[in-house]
Amino acid sequence: MTEERNPSDCAAFQAQLPELIGSGEAMASHPHIQNCELCRALLADLETIAKAARQLFPIVEPPDALWEQIESAIKEEEANPGKN
Amino acid sequence: MPRSRFPTQPPDLVPNPPAAGPTLHVPVSHPGDKDLSPHPESPGAPVSHPGDKDLSPHPESPGATVSPAMPFARAATPHPAEADALARAQGGDHHAFAQLYSFHKRRIYSLCLRMVGNIAEAEDLTQEAFLQLHRKIGTFRGDSAFSTWLHRLAINVVLMHLRKKGLSQISLDEAMEPAPDEGPGRSFGTPDPALAGAIDRLALERAVADLPAGYRLIFVLHDIEGYEHNEIASMLDCSIGNSKSQLHKARLKLRDALRTDTRQEARR
Repeated sequence: MTEERNPSDCAAFQAQLPELIGSGEAMASHPHIQNCELCRALLADLETIAKAARQLFPIVEPPDALWEQIESAIKEEEANPGKN
Repeated sequence: MPRSRFPTQPPDLVPNPPAAGPTLHVPVSHPGDKDLSPHPESPGAPVSHPGDKDLSPHPESPGATVSPAMPFARAATPHPAEADALARAQGGDHHAFAQLYSFHKRRIYSLCLRMVGNIAEAEDLTQEAFLQLHRKIGTFRGDSAFSTWLHRLAINVVLMHLRKKGLSQISLDEAMEPAPDEGPGRSFGTPDPALAGAIDRLALERAVADLPAGYRLIFVLHDIEGYEHNEIASMLDCSIGNSKSQLHKARLKLRDALRTDTRQEARR
């Protein structure tokens, strides 16, 4: 595996990346990935971020008082139709 | 007339998910490696995406049924209890509306919180989303899953809020256009150290919060909520290519932010 990097090859490859990734194409066998350490590292980082994202911002419970506010606002709207 | 047509507090229908730890240890993988582990949308969410690859689109879950803890993107078939509550709420039954709130409050609140990163704003937006739901519930005709429809309604509420805050002069597509320094070539140059495979969760959450609104929107919807690009394109009225492109740029920005953090940590 060679590690010579041609910036124009990287530019062409990275320009295609959103579509390649979005289409689910297997990237490991892509010729540029096999030959370019920089783009391999880039792809590995993006995978790491995508994996980590799945554990971000856990589902949380809204405060109980929120329902009371919503209920109150609904009653107000119903008492004053046409205000909204 | 009854004392109140609303229950004091809608019944809890879903157990609270456990809290996540502060640090994410992500196994180092190689490009193209398959991630065969389940894809928990969030801790406690009983959803998996068999066959999901790290960066590939999330596969649909054929035959999935709605659960209050299930992501909206997966909610293909209405749960009987939800369908019943929906029908009654459309007929003006406030108890049924309260039940719908209980079914969906966590997802809607969490979505708002993820997208704006501020508890007070998220509460206001959740309230506004459910108020709009109350006003418009009679217009729901079942052309899509109710959860999808409600989610889109909530996203529109958030979008309107974001536009009022500073995006009022530009459309979503324009908001998502890349800045001149965000082209694909910006990663060239001396290779920086790759992310070590362990990302500090708080650092990543901060970086997500710092993303421009358009990028954050798509990152949250795809990588966190689990929506497909075609669903995002439909929700945000943009092209599928635009969704893919903006997600990629969002991840690049997060990578830059995390590596900057790493470099700053190394200097200390």
